[in-house]
Amino acid sequence: MKHLTWTDAAALEVVREHAGKPGPMLLTLQALQERFGYVATSFLPSIATELNVSRAEVHGVLTYYSDFRTTPPAPHQIHLCVAEACQALGVRDVEQDLAAAGFKVGERSIDGSTDVVGMYCLGNCALGPAAQVDGNLCGRVSAKSLIAQVSS
Amino acid sequence: MTIVYVPGDSAARSIGADEVATLIAAHAAKAGIDIELRRNGSRGALWLETLVEVDNGAGRYAYGPVNPSDVDSLFTSDFLNLGTHPLALGKSDEIEWLATQDRLTFARVGIIEPLSLSQYEAHGGLTGLRAALLHKDVVGEVLASGLRGRGGAGFPAGIKWRTVLEAAGDQKYVVCNADEGDSGTFADRMLMEGDPFTLIEGMAIAGIAVGATYGYIYIRSEYPSAIEVMNKAIEVARSAGVLGEKILESKKSFDLEVRAGAGSYVCGEETAMLESLEGKRGMVRPKPPLPALSGLFGKPTVINNVLTLASVPAILKDGAKSYQDRGVDRSRGTQVFQLGGNIARGGIVETGFGISLNDMITRFGGGTLTGRPIKAVQVGGPLGAYLSADQLDVPLDYEALASVGAMLGHGGIVVFDQSVNMLQQARFAMEFCAEESCGKCTPCRIGSIRGVEVIDRIIAGQEREKNLELLNDLCDLMTEGSLCAMGGLTPLPVRSALVNFPLEEVSK
Repeated sequence: MKHLTWTDAAALEVVREHAGKPGPMLLTLQALQERFGYVATSFLPSIATELNVSRAEVHGVLTYYSDFRTTPPAPHQIHLCVAEACQALGVRDVEQDLAAAGFKVGERSIDGSTDVVGMYCLGNCALGPAAQVDGNLCGRVSAKSLIAQVSS
Repeated sequence: MTIVYVPGDSAARSIGADEVATLIAAHAAKAGIDIELRRNGSRGALWLETLVEVDNGAGRYAYGPVNPSDVDSLFTSDFLNLGTHPLALGKSDEIEWLATQDRLTFARVGIIEPLSLSQYEAHGGLTGLRAALLHKDVVGEVLASGLRGRGGAGFPAGIKWRTVLEAAGDQKYVVCNADEGDSGTFADRMLMEGDPFTLIEGMAIAGIAVGATYGYIYIRSEYPSAIEVMNKAIEVARSAGVLGEKILESKKSFDLEVRAGAGSYVCGEETAMLESLEGKRGMVRPKPPLPALSGLFGKPTVINNVLTLASVPAILKDGAKSYQDRGVDRSRGTQVFQLGGNIARGGIVETGFGISLNDMITRFGGGTLTGRPIKAVQVGGPLGAYLSADQLDVPLDYEALASVGAMLGHGGIVVFDQSVNMLQQARFAMEFCAEESCGKCTPCRIGSIRGVEVIDRIIAGQEREKNLELLNDLCDLMTEGSLCAMGGLTPLPVRSALVNFPLEEVSK
């Protein structure tokens, strides 16, 4: 996942690609995040102008959905499923082991390499505990296997 | 030429299928053996993944579960000529776990290459759509089949369709709800990754039936592979004339696109999904108006789950009666159950309604993965009830589950062994609700937070009786007063975790 450095000019192009579609806000924010890794809050008024909505509406959508972020991401992302099916296979222990190794869920790892995000369900419930590392689904994970993937 | 199948489903890939495929290809090339490597979907026996199949002209033979480290020995055993190997499972179709199922919606998943329209047609695909284009009363056929919504609520699909058909409107929509957020469910994902044309065909039939010309598939962002496969499949279908203007050379038009979610569980609720599709915060709308009359962008809209729409082609192909003949009472057809959590043989089990939960967990599931006794089973996702080990005789159908205070939901079954703490599970249900509530109604938004606090006091042993009573009151309020199933059903796992399990055990 290679992201471009945010510039308002490039961001404006992205917004204009989507502005004409029906119900464009979510699409637009997703496209911005895909391109730059995050959505810069300073750019929010321009999004509002281009989509002809209020700034409050843009802010509302941006903050409602857990996928969106307003700061650049770490080089690696671990999304760990902490829902019931993975709980049944000891994801709480995985969480503790990760924290002990400096990869606390909900924070950036101590070495700065990875954002560790807890989330609910990746649809890999028969092969749990499950996680997504840099967008790739992993099954039967342990803290060790996850950290190995972001360290290589 | 020998064909080797290695699933490309993301669950199979999550435990090394890509590596297995690469190694097999490299090995064969090195040995100078010509093989055709196909990346099929998964047959759903996830406990056998990576399930490698070989077809050298005598039908498909299976080997599994194959780890990358097993590939060397497979070649040493000459598996391409069906040599014996400890992982050999015999003919794929005769593996008991698969052979005793009734695959209707999942008939092609794991059999064909997902993006091959010719393989899709060779296995009966597009027959339903062709039949629908000639049929005078598609809605009547779906109504007669008894098909009920597979998303969780179980509302008869035909009645929804009829409402949209009879609604006035210059533009109507078909929306597929692929926001499969329930923990323990993965059937929508596997169908979209393994047989995307079935969903496209089902949506096109729905469009023809109600007079809608455009559709959206709302897929959760947690399923990037499903989004990718569906997008490619739509392209293939469009260039083959299955989608677009004058589909299959008829006078009808239907096209569709994928929209991705952004990490909100409540967007699986149909009105919240519509808001999200319109680009807004995914907050629940009050009903009425029904989405069937005023749905997406205010237009009449059919909203169905992936499995509901994917069942439609088979109904049009084989007729309503063939579907109706399966199942029990008012639960007709087949149900795609998903076995997950602490289970030895997890995966997709599609069978007629009415099989007992016990049968499902022991005969198919093989008990717990850890080998310890079962303590609890949650049926129907995070808003479903926890049943105890002595309640497992219940038949799996809508009404029988309702009679024991449980619900089928989207068909997810999550097994827990003795290590689970039920009071913690009750707390998690409230915590999940607090996290995912859209915030529109007070019982859900505030009630869930108060719920976590009350359960924390119970766990700490503070005035336990009084706090249990308070929790009970709170559950009543959330059940009666919430706008949608999020707040309305959260009391189900909470209460069942307390009622179905002895309190002294709970209090540990």
